[in-house]
Amino acid sequence: MSDTPPQTPPGSATPPAGSPGKPASRRDRPQTDEESRWHGVFREITSGSAIISVLAVVLALLVGAVMIAVTNDDVQESAGYFFSRPSDLLGDVWGAVSGAYSALFQGSIYNFGRGSFAEGITPFTETLVFATPLIAAGLGVALGFRVGLFNIGGRGQMLIAAAIGGWVAFAVALPYGIHLVAALVAGILGGALWGGIVGLLKARTGAHEVITTIMLNYVAFYLVSYLLREGFLRTPGSNNPKSPASKETAVFPDLLGPDYNLHLGFILVIAATIFTWWLLSRSNLGFQFRAVGENPNAARVAGISVQRMYVYAMLLSGGLVGLAGINQVLGTTTSGFGATVDSGIGFDAITVALLGRSKPWGVFAAGILFGAFKAGSFSMQAAEGVPIDIVLVVQSLIVLFIAAPPLVRAIFRLPTPGDTPLRARPIVVKEVAAK
Amino acid sequence: MKLELRGITKRFGALVANDNINLTVEAGEIHALLGENGAGKSTLMNVLYGLYRAEEGEILLDDKPAHFAGPGDAMKAGIGMVHQHFMLIPVFTVAENVMLGHEETRIGGRLDLAAARLRVKHISDRFGFAVDPDALVEDLPVGVQQRVEIIKALSQDAKVLVFDEPTAVLTPQETDELMVIMRQLKDAGTSIVFITHKLREVREVADRITVIRLGKVVGEASPTATNEELASLMVGRAVDLTVDKAPATPGAPALVVSGLTVIDPRGQALVNNVSFTVATGEILAIAGVQGNGQTELTEALMGLQPRVVGEITLDGKSLRGHSVRQVLDAAVGFVPEDRTEDGLVGGFTIAENLMLDRSHRLPFVKRFNLQLALLAEFATAKVKEFDVRSQGIDTPVGRLSGGNQQKVVLARELSRELRLFIAAQPTRGLDVGSIEFVHERIVATRDAGTAVIVISTELDEVAALADRIMVMYRGRIVGIVPGDTPRAVLGLMMAGEPAPITPEPTTPAPTEGAAA
Repeated sequence: MSDTPPQTPPGSATPPAGSPGKPASRRDRPQTDEESRWHGVFREITSGSAIISVLAVVLALLVGAVMIAVTNDDVQESAGYFFSRPSDLLGDVWGAVSGAYSALFQGSIYNFGRGSFAEGITPFTETLVFATPLIAAGLGVALGFRVGLFNIGGRGQMLIAAAIGGWVAFAVALPYGIHLVAALVAGILGGALWGGIVGLLKARTGAHEVITTIMLNYVAFYLVSYLLREGFLRTPGSNNPKSPASKETAVFPDLLGPDYNLHLGFILVIAATIFTWWLLSRSNLGFQFRAVGENPNAARVAGISVQRMYVYAMLLSGGLVGLAGINQVLGTTTSGFGATVDSGIGFDAITVALLGRSKPWGVFAAGILFGAFKAGSFSMQAAEGVPIDIVLVVQSLIVLFIAAPPLVRAIFRLPTPGDTPLRARPIVVKEVAAK
Repeated sequence: MKLELRGITKRFGALVANDNINLTVEAGEIHALLGENGAGKSTLMNVLYGLYRAEEGEILLDDKPAHFAGPGDAMKAGIGMVHQHFMLIPVFTVAENVMLGHEETRIGGRLDLAAARLRVKHISDRFGFAVDPDALVEDLPVGVQQRVEIIKALSQDAKVLVFDEPTAVLTPQETDELMVIMRQLKDAGTSIVFITHKLREVREVADRITVIRLGKVVGEASPTATNEELASLMVGRAVDLTVDKAPATPGAPALVVSGLTVIDPRGQALVNNVSFTVATGEILAIAGVQGNGQTELTEALMGLQPRVVGEITLDGKSLRGHSVRQVLDAAVGFVPEDRTEDGLVGGFTIAENLMLDRSHRLPFVKRFNLQLALLAEFATAKVKEFDVRSQGIDTPVGRLSGGNQQKVVLARELSRELRLFIAAQPTRGLDVGSIEFVHERIVATRDAGTAVIVISTELDEVAALADRIMVMYRGRIVGIVPGDTPRAVLGLMMAGEPAPITPEPTTPAPTEGAAA
C-alpha cells in the first residue's frame, strides 16, 4: 500500500496488503477518488499562490489589531463612556494598535530610538538570528511537503541532532575548524537518522508519517531527557538536566563581531536554501521527488521507486531540520542545552513552510518574517505591555487563513481558480475541462 | 411530453459551453444528441436537469416555460436522467435504491418497502426487465444495474428520459438489449434524449439526430445518414474511420507469456493461467468488457503487480519479477489506461512529463543535474511532431484536453527504442480527430517492427487495429482469433462463449484457448 498517496487518513478503508512493502492493487476506484480529493486539498494548502500568503499575513495582523485593542486597559475604560465621547475610544484604539505594531517593528527591524545606524540595526540582526533555525527546519518540512509527506517530527529531529552534534561539540577534542565541521555534520546526520526512520517505516510497512513522526517526537524527548539526567549528555557534578557547554572550537563564529549575536548559522541557512532550490528544481532527485508528490501513481508507472523516494526525502528533510537543531547548540545556546532546546521551532517550521508555499525562497522569506515576530514580540511586551501571546495568536491565524484559501478569497473577492459553476459535478467539470 | 430548449447559452468564465442551442424533442421520439467529448452535450443536459443555470434561453415542457432550481424540480416536472456513472448504492437492494430520495413511510417512520417492491415489480414486468426487487445492486451485472436506474427514473413518472452515454460500460449484447428497451419506452410514449458519440448506435435507434460541435448545434441528420457523414458533421471535416494499414508481416515471437496468473490481495485470481505470444511487427488486440483482467494483465507485464505466477519473456529474456524501471529499460513502452491517474503528472509541464520515465539517466540527467536546455529542445520537437496543441512546452499537462494529453503520453513512450509497445485503452475519451492520429501512430510503430499490444473495450478500435484478437473473460482467454473476425462472434466471446472454430492462419506459435 506504499503506493497510495500519503495523505490518506490512517485507518481509512484500505484493503489489507498481503505482503508488506509491496503495492496492493489499485483498482478500488472510489477509494482512489477519495484519495485524489485529499491530495488536491493537500496540494492547494501546501503550494497555493503567493498572494494568498501575503493576504493571510495581512488578515492575521488585522485580527491581531482587534485583539490588541480589546485587551488594552485604556480602550476598555473609554468604551465605558462610548456614547458620551466616542472619539476617546477611537483615539485609544489607534494608540494601542499603532503603539504595539510600531514596537513590534522597532524590536525587529530598526530601532529609531538609538543614535547610530550600527545600534539601530541591532534588532534586525536579532531577527535573522531567530529566523536561522526557522528557515532550516522550514526547508525540511517544505521538502517533505513537495514529496507529499507531512513531517511533524521537527521536534524529535532537532533534539536528536542537538544531542549527537552537541555531544561532539562538548565531549570531543578537535582542532579549530575541524571540530565545528564535525559537530555540524554529526548534528545533520542525527536529524537525518531520525527522519530516515520515518521514511523507512513508511516505505517498508506503509506506516503513516504523521503518526510515526509524532511518536518519535516523544521518543526523542524522553530519550534526550534521560541522557541529560543520567546518560552521556549529563554535566558531571550537576543535578541540572543540562549538557556541558559546547567547546570554543566548535561554536559558530560571529559574523558581525561581538556586538551582535548573528553567527555563521545564517550563512549556512542561505547555503541550505540554495541547495534545496537546486535539489527541487534542477536535480533529477528533486524531479522524482516532485513527481511522487504530485502523482505517486504516475511516478510509479514511469519507473520511479516511490518507496525509495520516501526514504530519501525523509533523510533530507530530517537533515535540514537537524541543521536547525545543531544551529541551536553551536550558535544560539552554546552554554549547554536542555531537553527544550528545540523551543517549538519544529512546529513553527510547519507554519513557515506553509506560509512559504513549500518553495525554498518562500520559506526563506517566511522564516525571516517569523523571526521578526519573535524578536519584536519581546519589545512589544516591554514597551506597550502587549502580551507575547498576541504574536502567537497572529502566527496561528496566519496558518488558519492559509489552510482556508477560499476564506481569504472570499474576503478579498479574488476570483476562484477555474470559476466553479453553480453546482459542480465531477462529470461536468471533466467535460468542460476537456475542451 | 414534448420538450423544447430555446436559445440555451451557458458560459464558464470566458468559455462558452453552450452557445444558443435549440433542441426540440417530440413526445415519443428518440432524439440522439451526437458530439465529441467536450462538445457541450453533458453541459446542456445538466442545464435541463437543473444542475446548472443557463445565462440565456428557456426550457419549455409541452410549450409551457419551466424553471428548475435543482434536480428535484426537474424530476417533479417529469424529467429523468440515467447517468453514465450509476448513482446507485451497491449494498442496498433494488427496491431500496428505487425508493431512495422518495421514501414512503408508514406510521412511526417505518419504511414502506412492500410498496417499493411492488412498484419495481410492476415496472419491471411491464417492460420485461426481469429485475428482482430484492437483489443487492452490487451482485447485479452492469446491464441490469442500468435497468435499475431506468426503473428509478420511471418510478418518478418520468416522461422525458435522458441517457448520458449509456453504452460506455456495456457489452455489445447488453447494448443491443438496451436498444430494445429504448424502443419499448418510446412505444409507451416516453421521450428519450440519447447522448452518445458512437455513430452505429445512433443510426440503429434514433428517430432524429442533432449534432453538436464546440457548443453549437451544427446540424440535424436522419438515421439514414452514413457513418462518414455523421462523423464529418461531428468533427467539422471529412474523417477517415478506417485505418490504412498494410497486412502485418509478423517476424519472430517477441513477447512470450506462459501460464501467467495474477492474484489479488484477497487471494482471487484476476488473471488466470494466461498464455500467448506477440510477434515483432504485429498488433495483438486484447478485447473484452472492462474489468475482465485486461488491466491486471498489462500491469503484470509492466512489473506493477506484486503477486504474479508464470513466465514472461521478451526476446528470450525473462521480465517476470522485474521492477517497472527494469521493464521500461528492456525497451518496453506503456500507455496506461487512465492517463490522468497513471500516465501523467498533471501539475508538471509538458516538457517535464516528456522526461518522466527517464529521470534517472542520460540524456536528460547528467551527474544529478537536469539538462533543461536539452529537454526544452526535445520537448519542442516532440510537441511539433505529435501535434500537441498548447501554449508552449511549459504548459501544465493538467490544462490540456484529453486528446492532447494522450499525445504527450504517446510522444514520451514512442521516443525511445522499443521492442514491445503496450497501449491500454489508447483512445478512451478522445475525439474522432485524435483517435485517427493515435491509431496512425500505433500502426506506424508496428510497421517499424515493434511488437504491439492494444487493450480496448471498443470493438471499432479492435477491428480497426488488430492483426489478431485475444478475447478475455473473467481473467481467462476465451480465444485468440484473426483480426477480421465478425463483430457478432467477438460479442459472444466477450460474454464468455468460446469461439466457434479458431483457425489461426497467422499465429506464429501454439496458443491455448479457453481450455487453458
